[in-house]
Amino acid sequence: MTQISTANRVKPTKPLIEMRDISKHYGDYHALCGITLDIHEGEFFSLLGPSGCGKTTLLRVIAGFEGIDSGAVLISHQDMARVPANKRPTNMVFQSYAIFPHLSVAQNVGFGLRKSTMSKAQKEAAVAEALEMVGLKGYGARAAHALSGGQRQRVALARALILKPKVLLLDEPLSALDRKMREQMQVELIRLQRQVGITFILVTHDQEEALVMSDRIAVMFEGEIAQCDDPEILYRRPKSKRVADFIGVMNFLPATLHSHAGTIIADVAGLGEAEIAADQCPAGIPEGDALVGFRPETLTLLYDGQTATQREAAGVISEVVYYGDMTYYDVTLVGVSKPVRISMRNVFGRDVLAVGDATRVSWSAGALVVFP
Amino acid sequence: MKGLKLYAILYLIFLYAPIFLLPLFAFNSSTIIAFPLQSFTTQWFSALADIPEMHKAVLNSLRIAATSAVLATSFGIFAAMASTRYRFPAQKGLMGFIMLPLVLPEIIVAVSLLVVIVNAGFSTGAWSVIAGHTLICTPFAIAILQSAFASLDPALEEAAFDLGETPASTFRLVTLPLVMPGIISALLISFTISMDEFIIAFFLTGADPTLPVYLFSMLRFPKLLPAVMALGTLLVLASVVLLTIAEYFRRRGIKRAGAKDTGGFL
Repeated sequence: MTQISTANRVKPTKPLIEMRDISKHYGDYHALCGITLDIHEGEFFSLLGPSGCGKTTLLRVIAGFEGIDSGAVLISHQDMARVPANKRPTNMVFQSYAIFPHLSVAQNVGFGLRKSTMSKAQKEAAVAEALEMVGLKGYGARAAHALSGGQRQRVALARALILKPKVLLLDEPLSALDRKMREQMQVELIRLQRQVGITFILVTHDQEEALVMSDRIAVMFEGEIAQCDDPEILYRRPKSKRVADFIGVMNFLPATLHSHAGTIIADVAGLGEAEIAADQCPAGIPEGDALVGFRPETLTLLYDGQTATQREAAGVISEVVYYGDMTYYDVTLVGVSKPVRISMRNVFGRDVLAVGDATRVSWSAGALVVFP
Repeated sequence: MKGLKLYAILYLIFLYAPIFLLPLFAFNSSTIIAFPLQSFTTQWFSALADIPEMHKAVLNSLRIAATSAVLATSFGIFAAMASTRYRFPAQKGLMGFIMLPLVLPEIIVAVSLLVVIVNAGFSTGAWSVIAGHTLICTPFAIAILQSAFASLDPALEEAAFDLGETPASTFRLVTLPLVMPGIISALLISFTISMDEFIIAFFLTGADPTLPVYLFSMLRFPKLLPAVMALGTLLVLASVVLLTIAEYFRRRGIKRAGAKDTGGFL
């Protein structure tokens, strides 16, 4: 039985942002429907969902750019209803970065300090420190419009962090960058968040990005939170088929469930019978017909001479997709028409199998997730 | 290709021949505006110094044009912000209504303004010309400023607000500097339209004529025509200088904002 470990993640307990039953309409369009959510101090939190799911609206509600029809937002236990964006302890990194094109890099970064009581020298020191923190030491005198995409993003980060907000809001900050740059910035953002210890709230439609960066993720569909959990639970125990589909790849097979002497047995098409634990049914334990899901990497193709350490099923390879480090196999299991996807790490010295090869599949009951 | 080239040359001649005739006759010693040219002279330019009515008309026009330009641009800023930054009922219809003077015949505007002013018991003067010119310049200012505000990323204003500025200081520190090229264009266009406008000025100018009205009245005195040519030459020169300055500021603005230069006059 696989127990999911969350011990490696620091679990902060103090709620910094409390959202209570927030609803918002744009005319007939229900943008947010009764969002209740706590975000903790020092947490890297992500709002994940497809476009139009309300994640950006929720972020803008926290920032104070959007009003709400009902409900309440509390930051540090203080109701934000009458607090405008310029008085909230939040700062935002905009999707377009919103770098002031008529100002220099240093003027951009120091913009928020205009009304501070610091001396000129203190302000300059703060700007220099913020620039160094984002890896732009010595860029202060440059014109903002002469920067590259990655540099603009860093300036936006430094500008938002210089006021030492309680919460940093990031609206799809990496979507404008190319893949290499994006992966680099993901790591840097995690490092930066650990360094400053501020709560980060990230809005993204990229599930991989959310998994890589977050302590916790709220998956949103149509203005509602479908599931809010840490990345590992979200990936391994999604509460609905839709969440499972949105995050990574999930295979689905029909199954029938029945209880036998206190244990739940699932008869999965193509695989066979398996004992199911209660935590494998995150959406509740169904009776009778159900759907069983499993990730591509939880199944293993068996080569000649290998024996299954777990259970075994038979099938035929119907498609091979070679990725260099990995190979994806579509395998048609006996008795199931729709093939399942299985991913295998390419080990040196082992041949990639071909379409039409008969194969055996090793699987374990603990990797299954049951949906009603 | 050859035909197109010929067409282009004829086109340019058609556009600029009248303007090139101005300096030609301004430096011609004959009082009669006709070929062949006689000897070179600058006497018409020095004669300009001795026509006090003309000085008065120029000053009057400058004052009216400057005031109208400032008023039209200010109204334009408000209207452009309302149309690009806010959503309210009947917005499209209202904006269309504000832009209407653009296509309204000026003679209609002039006559109706005159009727209103006279019926209300006021006397016409510089102020009524300013009112009329502001009315016809505002749609031009709005059109220019709308595109300036529309090309401004709303996130820039939100960012300034988010960083602790008030709506007023956000406008001053972010919005205004970034739409400044648009504001300067709107001022210049409005100024030029007002400077040039005849019909409304003719009806509403009262005792102090504007320059176009004064020039029109001068046509009755052929003796003064060469001086008019000299004045015209100076005005063309002033226009070119003004346009160059405007273009300089526009290019500098674009360069500062780091945008790619498209359009422009020169």
